[in-house]
Amino acid sequence: MNEMSNKWIGQSTIRPDGAEKVTGRAEFAADTNMPGMIWGSVLRSPHAHARIVSIDTSKAEAHPGVKAVVTAQDIVDFPVDTPVPLGIQDMRWMCRNIMAREKVLFHGHPLAAVAATSEAIAAEACKLIEMEYEVLPWVIEIEDAIKPDAPILHEYLEHDGKPSNITGTLEHKLGDVEEGFAQADVIIERSFTTRPVHQGYIEPHACLVSVAADGKTTIWSSSQGQFMVRAMTAMLTDMPQSDIRAIPAEIGGGFGGKTIVYLEPVATMLSKKSGRPVKMVMSREDVMRASGPTSGSMSTVKIGATKDGQIVAAEGTFYLQAGALPGSPIRGAAGCGFAPYNIPNVHSVGIDVVSNRSKVAAYRAPGAPIGAFAVESVLDEVAEALNIDPLELRLRHAAREGTKAAHGPTYPLIGFVETIEAAIEHPHYKAPLGKHQGRGVASGFWFNAGGESSAQVNITEDGNVVVTTGHPDIGGSRAAIANVAAELLGIDYRRVSVLIGDTATVGYSNLTGGSRVLFASAMAVTDSAGQVITTLCERAAKIWDIDPDAVTWEDGEARPAGDNAGQFEPLSLADIAAQATQTGGPIGHGAQLNTTGAQGGFATHICDVEVDMDLGIVKVLRYTSFQDVGRAVHPAYVEGQMQGGVAQGIGWALNEEYIFDKDGHVDNPGFLDYRMPVCSDLPMLDAVMIEVPNPAHPQGVRGVGEVPLVPALAAIANAVHNALGLRFSSLPMSPPKVLAALEMPEAAE
Amino acid sequence: MPTVSMTVNGKSVSAEVEPRTLLVQYLREHLGLTGTHVGCDTSQCGACVVHVDGESAKSCTMLAMQAEGSDVSTIEGLADGDTLHPMQEAFRENHGLQCGFCTPGMVMSAVDLVRTNADPSEQEVREWLEGNLCRCTGYHNIVKSILAGAKAMQG
Repeated sequence: MNEMSNKWIGQSTIRPDGAEKVTGRAEFAADTNMPGMIWGSVLRSPHAHARIVSIDTSKAEAHPGVKAVVTAQDIVDFPVDTPVPLGIQDMRWMCRNIMAREKVLFHGHPLAAVAATSEAIAAEACKLIEMEYEVLPWVIEIEDAIKPDAPILHEYLEHDGKPSNITGTLEHKLGDVEEGFAQADVIIERSFTTRPVHQGYIEPHACLVSVAADGKTTIWSSSQGQFMVRAMTAMLTDMPQSDIRAIPAEIGGGFGGKTIVYLEPVATMLSKKSGRPVKMVMSREDVMRASGPTSGSMSTVKIGATKDGQIVAAEGTFYLQAGALPGSPIRGAAGCGFAPYNIPNVHSVGIDVVSNRSKVAAYRAPGAPIGAFAVESVLDEVAEALNIDPLELRLRHAAREGTKAAHGPTYPLIGFVETIEAAIEHPHYKAPLGKHQGRGVASGFWFNAGGESSAQVNITEDGNVVVTTGHPDIGGSRAAIANVAAELLGIDYRRVSVLIGDTATVGYSNLTGGSRVLFASAMAVTDSAGQVITTLCERAAKIWDIDPDAVTWEDGEARPAGDNAGQFEPLSLADIAAQATQTGGPIGHGAQLNTTGAQGGFATHICDVEVDMDLGIVKVLRYTSFQDVGRAVHPAYVEGQMQGGVAQGIGWALNEEYIFDKDGHVDNPGFLDYRMPVCSDLPMLDAVMIEVPNPAHPQGVRGVGEVPLVPALAAIANAVHNALGLRFSSLPMSPPKVLAALEMPEAAE
Repeated sequence: MPTVSMTVNGKSVSAEVEPRTLLVQYLREHLGLTGTHVGCDTSQCGACVVHVDGESAKSCTMLAMQAEGSDVSTIEGLADGDTLHPMQEAFRENHGLQCGFCTPGMVMSAVDLVRTNADPSEQEVREWLEGNLCRCTGYHNIVKSILAGAKAMQG
């Protein structure tokens, strides 16, 4: 594609769902209703850890207005000794996560669900369910969970030959770290902790499920993948996937947290038992207690360099809290931390630790911000020890095309160097700082993903275009797809309508996750549109009675390919569509692809902070992020991803954390005490897009959604260090902690 | 059950409701006005902001009966037929949304801001929005949208 001729790719066009969203007409999952609909409510565990002795639902069932009660007995049991992988999940754990089976594993763990004629009656009936427990000692923090005498969550999971809360490890090795450290003149080794933080989507989980008498099931829900909803619900309720139609509602944010199911299988069983459509909506408290925040972590990173500034070895150990069931993002922490750098000797280990809090779900570049926080903090100290500018140190070691990464790949064309160079050149990096102010920098990496995506491109009878893809649109992907289709077909983007199909109307498409949506679906749209253009040329050839090879498609119309083809007036999309019936019938093509060629994303951030010495408040004064975005198909929504990722990083670094009380309950399960950034906390977040197009993609797309969060924690911590001379190795740098550290520097650890 | 009566988006409405019915439940479940969203139940997120007698209010933290006799307007009542309100248009044009869940509350709060402060500064917008959470945008384009919307409302 000739870059200069792009008309729509690179334009911040108006999003197709904009009018619906600003007028309140967009339909989110909780907005859906059906005649005869009843409401489901979940009974949740009051204990952090207990064996379930008995459940008696008879009183709830007899309660006026109650139509159905569901317990773990109604959900398919996947025995613990046989893995049943589904994507990155394992159905052994999913079935135990949506409904406690042998034991309750965290406070808020679902035990049973009731459907009744009103939400209030369903909630009242839940209280009538009689539970008998054998309460067990519980453990939440990693350091406690890995002690030899810790309460064990899953007696059947072993580590080193005995039952353990360590439920998985992963190791990356490159070169020989011992030899590397032996050459080092400077070695810095530090330990770090981060707290569990929630994705914080504003829309709570919600669904409406209708199971008809013949078992045909329709699910409207808020998820990051209608096909994931279908597959998991089918497996957990023992239904064929073909009986389930999963319709993606508009989704009110996900950030990874809606890549698994909580309510859909439960509502399906309630609907099946009651014969009525069932709606379930989580409260914010349920979301905070029982849906997946990301891991808390405990890491140690050691980096060695020679006195002339060469990093010769790096080592990291990353313990991540998985929550109640195995599966923390150790791959992101251990894999991404060192991935930006060309270091000859690397050893990186990730360790998965279960404990009595809710099971983790993905959160924007899962694990990577944890890895980067540790690595980028130590790099900052190495730069200081060597008296080298921290960006210069990163530039010297920046991965580029041909660099072998410890986690496996040899990089193809990447734009990491360009992000650092742009940061060094940017006026922000040289701007003066005032009293109690500091500047920090950090870089980061995320894998990005390809995988399965489908699309259908249909020409309407009046010569316009409908594109259907299979990915819930979280951040504006429909707008980007409209640009891609308009560019390919040579028509105004407003003539392209982009829809998200349901599981019955579009081919299989994997999750909205891994920063994969535009990468993969643009490939499917490109393939489909290419077939459509071939057909359009054939139809024009038929109308002109010439060879199809003698027709080209340019600027939205069929033209004779050259003088030899003959003299004909061009035929527009509308002209050809109008004659479709006479020339061969409907015009439309689809593609179902398993895409490859996704390439890693890199970013470098500069952050300025000011510390209020009386109140301990860290205020972000200025923030500039630099990212290799491949090709910005829709720049406003690429910048939007960068700004949103940075804002989440600021929350994680400065205020957000799960606090557990003496009974192992989340003590701050709401937005009052779980303190996400509000508008007045933030400055404008400058986003500098650097375009190094991905040669393996027809539009040059690289994933852009996740890497913007990765460097932020370290950039802010490094800025605070620059301001105060104090290095916080423990997040969040909340006001009480900052005040304590100002009094006593050890409090920063 | 008691009867509650009010004006919603210019129309008189009246219904029997349980006394515990929240205004947001009344709007969403009785009147089908689902553009007003519930994000937090505890009045931090602002997805439920509507106008009650011209002033912004969090409809998740008000009983329907407290709005007895009031003039309530929701996001559905803001546009003039097919013509978007200037603040709605500003959000659409300035990419002031990603997922769009917080958007109705943001727009309703912003309109109330401009009612009390016709030409707000960036800092005034940021402080006014402390009761409206967005997790997608980092607020960058929301602030831009509101500044543009305020200007358009004067125009």
